[in-house]
Amino acid sequence: MWLLYLPLIIPALAGAAARPLAARLEPRQATWLLTSAAVALAACSTAALALLAAYAAARAPVLAAVGDYSQSVMRRADPISAVAGAVAALALAGAAVAVAVMFRSRARALAESYRRAAGLQAEDGIVVVPGPAIEAYALPGWPGRIVVSGQLLDSLDTRRRAALIAHEQAHLAGRHHLFAAVAKLAAAANPLLLPVARSVEYTVERWADERAAAVTGDRRLVAETIGQVALLAAPRRRRTSGITLGIIGLRTRVSVAWAGPVPRRVAALLTAPPRRRTVLLAASAAIVLLAGMAFLEAASDLHALVELAQAAR
Amino acid sequence: MRDHGPQHTSGAAPGVGRRAAGALESEVLGILRGARGPLSPGQVRQRLADGQQGELSYSTVVTIVSRLHAKGLLTRQRVGRGFTYTPVDDVSLAASRMSHALGSGTDRGAVLSRFVSGLSGRDARLLRRLLAGDQEPADDDPGRDEERG
Repeated sequence: MWLLYLPLIIPALAGAAARPLAARLEPRQATWLLTSAAVALAACSTAALALLAAYAAARAPVLAAVGDYSQSVMRRADPISAVAGAVAALALAGAAVAVAVMFRSRARALAESYRRAAGLQAEDGIVVVPGPAIEAYALPGWPGRIVVSGQLLDSLDTRRRAALIAHEQAHLAGRHHLFAAVAKLAAAANPLLLPVARSVEYTVERWADERAAAVTGDRRLVAETIGQVALLAAPRRRRTSGITLGIIGLRTRVSVAWAGPVPRRVAALLTAPPRRRTVLLAASAAIVLLAGMAFLEAASDLHALVELAQAAR
Repeated sequence: MRDHGPQHTSGAAPGVGRRAAGALESEVLGILRGARGPLSPGQVRQRLADGQQGELSYSTVVTIVSRLHAKGLLTRQRVGRGFTYTPVDDVSLAASRMSHALGSGTDRGAVLSRFVSGLSGRDARLLRRLLAGDQEPADDDPGRDEERG
């Protein structure tokens, strides 16, 4: 019966592997892989919880009467302890509530976004907002809108404006918000998948960055635009000692492995474009498949057990 | 441009002092919307005085238009030593309001794809070093200058 625990362990593995995968895979591939893996693993782990709870419940006299199977055979087999069953049932209820709450709030936010996008008159899908804010975002809708503050547009030259707009257009054209929302839903069902959902948020940004680089034909331009906008939007901080920084900074290679998303995006654009990595992709997919097969195996075991108990009746 | 009536150095004149700031703002906004072109604070004050009993001090009017400008409801143009103000058109206004409304929601991140997320102080330093060419970029174009913005 240890097989039944496998779908519960693999999501933890996926959580640990998500960030390295997001850094190595081509962004579009990474987004598809991570999102579908999140959904598949969330489904498997939820189903495994249900099965654990079902095993425990199968020993209850009421169910034995209804299902017309031998309670003693069921008890003798005793594959899952009552405690494990109860814990699984609680976790299952928690997951159901979390998914429902998340689904409701995301659906509302999306509906709100569509409603507002429809109410905006825009030239070429771009809405310029007045005021001192430095911001730019894609507003999903039918059609979607790109909202940019006038202040930000004023501080960018024409080529960087083009890079910014190309990035946001890529988000809208690729429906990137749906990937992020679906991954978040999966993570609501199984919190071990939270790092996967966060990585999807990162890979859709990378996906849009690469699209912008393809449209403008200049990776460095996109990197510089991201850097400029991020520094403009960052709140002013106290200056750190320039001398210390200079000493550490000049000779070491810049490592962005543990940095936030913006430096990682910039660093990725400053290096060669990502290649498709079929082996890595296939290996990741195989592990997800393993979780699914482990669950199916465990489910058929329970089915066999119930049939055995029914025959003994 | 400025009239020389009694000047109040701070706050609103007697009789209008108890009016809510919001009411004053919408009155000023109404005057600017009704105007054919940009107005200076002095002109706004004059029109306010024409339309009602109470009078506002020049500094109060300046405070109100500055606040409206900060809210993104007015744009301003420098004229001589001061500014003239124009109301923002309805389309941009709707966009601006939406931006504020969505900005407060917790689900903003899920729906809106923002161009850049927040930067920590460490990220900002890292970013400056990356863009300064501290890393060996594979496709560097040496002829290009760093800061064109």
